[in-house]
Amino acid sequence: MARMELRGVVKRYGTVEVLRDINLDIADGEFIVLVGPSGCGKSTLLRMIAGLEPITEGDFLIDGARMNDMRPRDRDIAMVFQSYALYPHMDVARNMGFSMEIRRDPVEEKQSRVAQAAETLGLSALTDRLPKALSGGQRQRVAMGRAIIRDPKAFLFDEPLSNLDAALRVEMRLEIARMHHRLSATMIYVTHDQVEALTLADRIVVLNDGDIQQIGSPMDLYERPANRFVAQFIGSPTMNVVPVEGRDNGVQLRNGAVVSLPNVPDAKEAASLGVRPEHLELVADGQGDLVASADVVERLGSDTNIYAQVEGVGEIVVRNHGNTLVRSGERFGLRIPPEQAHVFSSDGTAILRRS
Amino acid sequence: MSVTRSNPILTVGKYLALSGYLVFALFPLYWLVKIAITPDRLIFTEGTDLWPSSTTLDNFRTVIFQTDFMAFFGNSLYVSLGTAAVTTLIAAGAGYAFSRFDFGGKKVIVAIMLITQMFPLLMIIAPIYKIVSSLGMLNSLTSLIVVYTAFNIPFATFLMQSFFDAIPKDLEEAAMMDGCTRFQALRKVIVPLTLPGLGATLGFVFTAAWSELLFALMLISDNASMTFPVGLLTFVSRFSVDWGQMMAAGSLALIPSCLFFIFIQRYLVQGLTSGAVKG
Ligand SMILES: Nc1ncnc2c1ncn2[C@@H]1O[C@H](COP(=O)(O)OP(=O)(O)OP(=O)(O)O)[C@@H](O)[C@H]1O
Ligand SMILES: [Mg+2]
Repeated sequence: MARMELRGVVKRYGTVEVLRDINLDIADGEFIVLVGPSGCGKSTLLRMIAGLEPITEGDFLIDGARMNDMRPRDRDIAMVFQSYALYPHMDVARNMGFSMEIRRDPVEEKQSRVAQAAETLGLSALTDRLPKALSGGQRQRVAMGRAIIRDPKAFLFDEPLSNLDAALRVEMRLEIARMHHRLSATMIYVTHDQVEALTLADRIVVLNDGDIQQIGSPMDLYERPANRFVAQFIGSPTMNVVPVEGRDNGVQLRNGAVVSLPNVPDAKEAASLGVRPEHLELVADGQGDLVASADVVERLGSDTNIYAQVEGVGEIVVRNHGNTLVRSGERFGLRIPPEQAHVFSSDGTAILRRS
Repeated sequence: MSVTRSNPILTVGKYLALSGYLVFALFPLYWLVKIAITPDRLIFTEGTDLWPSSTTLDNFRTVIFQTDFMAFFGNSLYVSLGTAAVTTLIAAGAGYAFSRFDFGGKKVIVAIMLITQMFPLLMIIAPIYKIVSSLGMLNSLTSLIVVYTAFNIPFATFLMQSFFDAIPKDLEEAAMMDGCTRFQALRKVIVPLTLPGLGATLGFVFTAAWSELLFALMLISDNASMTFPVGLLTFVSRFSVDWGQMMAAGSLALIPSCLFFIFIQRYLVQGLTSGAVKG
């Protein structure tokens, strides 16, 4: 259990600035998810928290105590590596119990904990195997087991489920959620997977190119993205963003249609308009704001994604219910509901709605 | 039907090439042993036959019981084991540092180590002789260990570094997250995985020291501290060469190297780190 603070943290390799001015307060027991495109610095941030990478500038505190110069072992944090990092010469049981072996915990306690963790992770039958005799998914679970065997102040996960198949991934996701409830430990979790981020997180931190773009609850990020990057990063399929021109009372699309946005006071500044695929309303051809012709219709069972060409605007994705009647090649109209529209200024920041 | 079944002609060709190489590489050794077991009187009459008409172990008996051979052998063993142990220890430490740490002067040190490998040995024999003699260490086996160690360290260090480089950094970091100090991580995780590297380095340095002649010849003149290669030259007298005994001694000299490699070869098998990380 731990409260963590990052204050003005900067990471530089030589002259390359990898992370800039990171400020983040993490409450005791909070589940924080770090997301961002590949190479944006997620692993680096995690490694600085773990103590594996020196912090170039700024401070990192756990429960108010400055940690910058503390060795990893003195921080009492467990970590699951992106690469698993299993000890190849130790069997599964010893891999999992290694931290207790190092702390010289009683052998019986270690054995019972290992057995329990192996049970939870479905590894009971494999405890005397070496890592090289395990599949990728099994290795990943051993790596998880090595972290959950102890009671650290905090857990760090670097894409721990990236190598599992879909079913196992869902199962492990639930297991992590359960573990978080049971241990109520502080957790920081890096992932590329939207569903993991949205379902697990108390708060999500969106990173891009070394900068924090936005910090907020999953619904915050979904409903009130701070800028175009966050708007398009969160949500699947991604938000449609089209160029517009600001008007006094709304915005004008390239095809001439005007979407009136009475609750956006600064609509004049708008340079682009964003609408999530699930918020576009399908209407009869000739009605609504846009005229679209379906290009590809992807039926996913519960939903259908329609990729459509819109005259004068470009490609737009529409999400409709599973048994939609639209077929590829068909023309239809689209209405943009003003209350679901996001507008962004020319530098990409969101222009706020009046609440 | 297996798609990957290999072409029988290719297989035969492969084995032909392999046996050709083996014959080429092993023939001198075969000749060594053959002459060692050929009775003296037949050496010149049946010199080019592949197998002598009668064989004897007399040469071995003479070499072991009537010459200083066993003393040379002991000296060589002492020098080679000493050199291998000291060199490997230092090279492992240096290799680990080169592989894992960034420190000032790293490039300079690497450059200097490379430069030391560029000089022909003949150029530095005189200065080395001067240094050793002014230290009063001529005719001492320790001086040989020191000199051999100095010469083998650069290569051994690069060798060890490449073995450390092959071990993912994540493993030590995981160990440190699990509560190890850096030294504990080294001892419990890295060293067990470096055993093949240590074995290879030990073997390499041992063999190099075992067969070194030039320095041993220059620095040792006393019969009691001669190493084996120098001792072999005593079979060459002013008027004749005792081929049979020389070859018998040579065959015996092969034994430690063979034993050594049989002993370390199980550490030389690859794949000790497989399964550690993704991919
Ligand atoms: N030792 C290093 N020297 C210089 N640059 C580095 C070093 N290590 C990482 N970087 C750079 O830092 C940036 C962030 O790397 P990091 O591993 O944190 O990315 P990431 O967000 O975890 O990406 P991924 O999702 O692919 O794992 C990358 O652009 C990388 O090139
Ligand atoms: Mg990463």
